[in-house]
Amino acid sequence: MQSNHRLALVENKDADPQAQMREDIASVFEQVLGHPVQITDQTDIVEDLGMDSLGVMNFVMAIEDFYDISIPLDRIAQIQTVADLIHAVQDLRSGTPT
Amino acid sequence: MTILAKHAASKLVYDSLKEHGVDPVNVRFDSVLSPTEGMLHGRRTILLGTNNYLGLTFDPDCIERSVEATRSQGTGTTGSRIANGSYDGHLRLEEALADFYGCQHAMVFSTGYQANLGILSTLVGRGDHLMLDADSHASIYDGSRLGHAEVIRFRHNSPDDLYKRLRRLEGVPGDRLIVVEGIYSMLGDTAPLKEFAAVKRETGAYLLVDEAHSMGVLGATGRGLAEAAGVEDDVDFIVGTFSKSLGSVGGFCVSNNPDFDILRVVCRPYMFTASLPPGVIGSTLAALEKVRSEPQLRVNLMRNAHRLHDGLTAMGFQTGPEANPVVAVAMPNTETAVLFWKLLLDKGLYLNIAIPPATPTNVSLLRSSVSAAHTTQQIDTALELFADVGRQLGFLTADRRRAGGVV
Repeated sequence: MQSNHRLALVENKDADPQAQMREDIASVFEQVLGHPVQITDQTDIVEDLGMDSLGVMNFVMAIEDFYDISIPLDRIAQIQTVADLIHAVQDLRSGTPT
Repeated sequence: MTILAKHAASKLVYDSLKEHGVDPVNVRFDSVLSPTEGMLHGRRTILLGTNNYLGLTFDPDCIERSVEATRSQGTGTTGSRIANGSYDGHLRLEEALADFYGCQHAMVFSTGYQANLGILSTLVGRGDHLMLDADSHASIYDGSRLGHAEVIRFRHNSPDDLYKRLRRLEGVPGDRLIVVEGIYSMLGDTAPLKEFAAVKRETGAYLLVDEAHSMGVLGATGRGLAEAAGVEDDVDFIVGTFSKSLGSVGGFCVSNNPDFDILRVVCRPYMFTASLPPGVIGSTLAALEKVRSEPQLRVNLMRNAHRLHDGLTAMGFQTGPEANPVVAVAMPNTETAVLFWKLLLDKGLYLNIAIPPATPTNVSLLRSSVSAAHTTQQIDTALELFADVGRQLGFLTADRRRAGGVV
């Protein structure tokens, strides 16, 4: 069910910039974890993907490189789901104060 | 469970250690005999994990100065310097530190931990950016949380990653403070300080170096990594501790910043805690004089560090990248680390065990810290015990091919 949900979003990515971000984030996850993952907005980065604190740090640094941003530590602490991450990345890319 | 149920995950790890008959955070010495020996369960035990780099804890002059100060000025100050006033010793120690570093200003804190809490939370504030090495000590992370600056981590010992992150901040107002350590306490590796200094110069950031494990250890006169790397003019603030090479307790910050003294009325971890007792100030002053007058201590220290590091590496243990007084050996997993640590302790060798998440890259480590006071015989005994236990656990041969590898 998760994968259908994701496919639907990917198909509509021209209309939905967040779909492209989900796809990009999934590819960064894959790069860090070494295996493909399926994610939705609701995916909990720690609980659902079984990442330890070091995994999270490596993942965050890879995301930062991908988007050419730095996510401040207090902001990282607020990120629990993929949707939280997408919002944080969007905010930081648009220069919205955190 | 109770209000502490939220720590169930940590309790699980701790309980499983205790089930193995091991409690690394509660080792109880019957007595401590010297900088390098203690009695544990009635057995004479070599201390190879106490950060006593110059072995000054039992130095007769340091003890005498401590006793003399306690006799003449009492056991404690019973309050902060703001409320109770400074003693002559506080000021003399600050003058001595400033003189040692060739800096205009020095400020003494009650612990090294508080020095980082105080300095990091006060130098930068809202609208500023604090750039931390990802492997920073807990006191640096905690200091970053006490203040209001945005905290950005860069990859451990990577001036390129730092540069990239500072470049992303171009045009953003506010100050940037880069924080690195002289010697990292877990692996014993040093920061590439020349390169960090270049990044600092190019980006207009300030640079702070925590020399907790490198003061009295590195540099021609023992001032630390900044001296060894020849970049003291680029370092805006040095933070350090008295609880390692100086053999007591306390922390400090030195700087040439012309506005430095304002810290005394805005830096809360300095203002709202009891100041160091006269006895501690007395021995610390004496120890600082020893660092200056006895360069042989550093020669002995590095000789011992090389002997331990090179010996372990030659046996096939996976050690850190540099031969420094912190010598870490990587263990294949936490269970082996715990067992190895316990067997060494049973045979009379005390060192530190570090398991995730307290370690970088999730590796389990046996961490030694060498002292100038160790005899060659003690280092060789430690090496023999490592070899014994390594053979006993059957992983020396399996790991031999990784000899000299980087942790």
